[in-house]
Amino acid sequence: MSSWIVTYLWLIPAVPLAASLVILMLANSRRTASAALAIFGQVVALTMAVAAFLPTLQTPGYRAFHNFTWFTFGEQTLRIGWVIDPLAAAMLVMITLVGLCIFVFSIGYMAKDKNFTRFFAYLSFFSAAMLGVVIANSLLLLFVCWELVGLASYLLIGFWIHKPSAAAAAKKAFITTRIGDIGFFLGILWLYGRSGTLLFYDHGNGCLENAGLLLVGASATFIALLIFCGAAGKSGQFPLHVWLPDAMEGPTPVSALIHAATMVAAGVFLVARVYPLFSLGAIDGVTPSLTVVVWIGVVTALMAALIALAQADIKRILAYSTVSQLGLMMVSLGVGGVAAGIMHLLAHGFFKALLFLGSGSVIHGCHEEQDIRNMGGLRRLMPVTFLTYAIGMMTLSGVPLFFSGAWTKEEILHATAHWPKSSVPYYLMLAGVVLTALYMTRQMIYVFFGDKRAASEHAHESPRVMTMPLIVLAVCAIVFSIALTPAWPWLHGYLSGEPAHFEIGQLIQPMLFLSLALVAGGIGLGVLFYRKAGATDPLAQAQPAIFRFLENKMWLDEFYARTVLAFAHFAARFSDVMDRYFWDSLVRALAGVGQLFGILSSHFDERGINSGVDGATTGARGLGRFIAARHSGQIQTYLRAAGVGALALLILYAWLA
Amino acid sequence: MTPTLTIFLILSAALFCIGLLAALSRRHAIFILIGIDLMLAAANVNFVAFWRFSPEPAQPTGVIVAIFSIAIAAAEAAVGLALVIAVYRHYRTTNVDKLNQLKG
Repeated sequence: MSSWIVTYLWLIPAVPLAASLVILMLANSRRTASAALAIFGQVVALTMAVAAFLPTLQTPGYRAFHNFTWFTFGEQTLRIGWVIDPLAAAMLVMITLVGLCIFVFSIGYMAKDKNFTRFFAYLSFFSAAMLGVVIANSLLLLFVCWELVGLASYLLIGFWIHKPSAAAAAKKAFITTRIGDIGFFLGILWLYGRSGTLLFYDHGNGCLENAGLLLVGASATFIALLIFCGAAGKSGQFPLHVWLPDAMEGPTPVSALIHAATMVAAGVFLVARVYPLFSLGAIDGVTPSLTVVVWIGVVTALMAALIALAQADIKRILAYSTVSQLGLMMVSLGVGGVAAGIMHLLAHGFFKALLFLGSGSVIHGCHEEQDIRNMGGLRRLMPVTFLTYAIGMMTLSGVPLFFSGAWTKEEILHATAHWPKSSVPYYLMLAGVVLTALYMTRQMIYVFFGDKRAASEHAHESPRVMTMPLIVLAVCAIVFSIALTPAWPWLHGYLSGEPAHFEIGQLIQPMLFLSLALVAGGIGLGVLFYRKAGATDPLAQAQPAIFRFLENKMWLDEFYARTVLAFAHFAARFSDVMDRYFWDSLVRALAGVGQLFGILSSHFDERGINSGVDGATTGARGLGRFIAARHSGQIQTYLRAAGVGALALLILYAWLA
Repeated sequence: MTPTLTIFLILSAALFCIGLLAALSRRHAIFILIGIDLMLAAANVNFVAFWRFSPEPAQPTGVIVAIFSIAIAAAEAAVGLALVIAVYRHYRTTNVDKLNQLKG
């Protein structure tokens, strides 16, 4: 029954793709039709995703795949395919559901944009590419869709092309992720060279199965690290995180869909997908590649949380929060908590989309104002946005019991605590929890509490089409926790292939109190600190040097400008000079030699060969003229000649005889 | 004086030379034809003379060849005269010096 589902799995990305292509062909004025088409495509994809999700529920550790030959090149046969397993199925449902909410929200948010149809075409295209990444059963197919996702991201960040900052941000995002993708691509080549296949699962012969892993052997560490380069670029991990905050130049639904809920999760998903490569030859669950993942994740999580504390742009705060949460997921994967990391990824997809859409609603209500210092007192003016945003904020901060983010975060902390190599990541993660609560409280107080400031004077609640997705996502963020609690760890069991049992006694864990204390501490500290916040940030008053350091994103952009960019500029100028003077003169010299040979051979031709042929023809012509002159037409002359000839012969005969 | 082969051969040679002279020196086409016929006649005289003084004069081989030759000469004269008439009709002359259309 399930085999035909996996055969037709390609339809899930194909439907949004078809919708996108049709929308592209529609006229700019067909706004209703394009939005309806995009949403219809997404609904169909969601339905099919659920249909593909159902069979994975029946047996633990279910996995079905469908492979076929793409092309044959000499003796090499390249095969691709798609796979459905709990990881892919859960991602499919999350992406299509969050995507649907964001599509609906976009109708309201983009209502006045003149490129409305193009926006929906790009959104659908992005959705198709992302779904392709999830179902790919071949690293090559995954890479193709991965790059399409990057392209969609580029198009959508730079959607408002008339803004130079948006164009610059789009370029920055594209180039930064490409740097990671070079590593990813090298990893793919290396993997193919070692194992001879890029299929993940192929009846025991795939590169993630026993036979393939045996072939990979000791180079798995390097391959895994190269693939992690790509994941780090896409998921905004240090040091390639710089593009993600700038990507907030795109329309807010884009930030929600791509740069919070789905695309940036692709890196985490990729690491989870090729996890056997990372954990190959693990001793006590530790490998060099996984250790790198842990430390990169820790640095990213903590650094981004600190920077988020000093940002003023409502979306930038959320962007750094996303970077920080992705770091958290990476830590979880690195310490061996794959299920925990993916659970957090799924929960994060819901609540971060909720927060971004909420911020979009705020921005829309405040007439395109994004600076939180100009907002304030919005809770009465925008009650629905306020309530849903508060739910998102508490889920992100990890307020225990009712919010999905709390359970997944605890799971991660639990996994990190048991990492045998070092306990430093665990304590840094605890610090990250406090910081998360702190910066989210700061944002809430600035935006929704206190007195009205300049931008909130004329603020208004957003239309129903924008608040409905907020409500749906808020409900998801809460209801989702049912499947996450330790009392009934259904999702954990589903992802790791073990059946889950219901035990109410497991609900209360010691970790719960710890995280309650940490979150309460963070929020309490935030309230205490920012309660009377005015135009200048309290942190800026207390520690201006640290605040400036954080506000300027630890001067990483400037650092890159001084080092990487300066080197690139130098290399470019050097190449220019080399090209202009060295190579150019070399080419000119070569051309001169060529010309000299040309002149010489031209002279030889003219004087030697040509005149010889000329002489021969002149001689032949002269001979012809001489003979023609003898040919007078006087028959008696001919007869005379014949007579003389006969006489001569006669004399000769007589003389010889 | 008994006739000998030499006398006939001298006669024949004289006849041939007269014919050749006529063919070479006359400008009129018909005279040239007459000259050619004279040379043919000289050849015929040779045929008959060599037959008459051959070891086997009983067989009339030389006379037969001569008769054939005369027949061919008659045909040749007919064709030649026809050509001369055709040439005259075309060029309004039979002077061979004017008939130099065959020149190279």
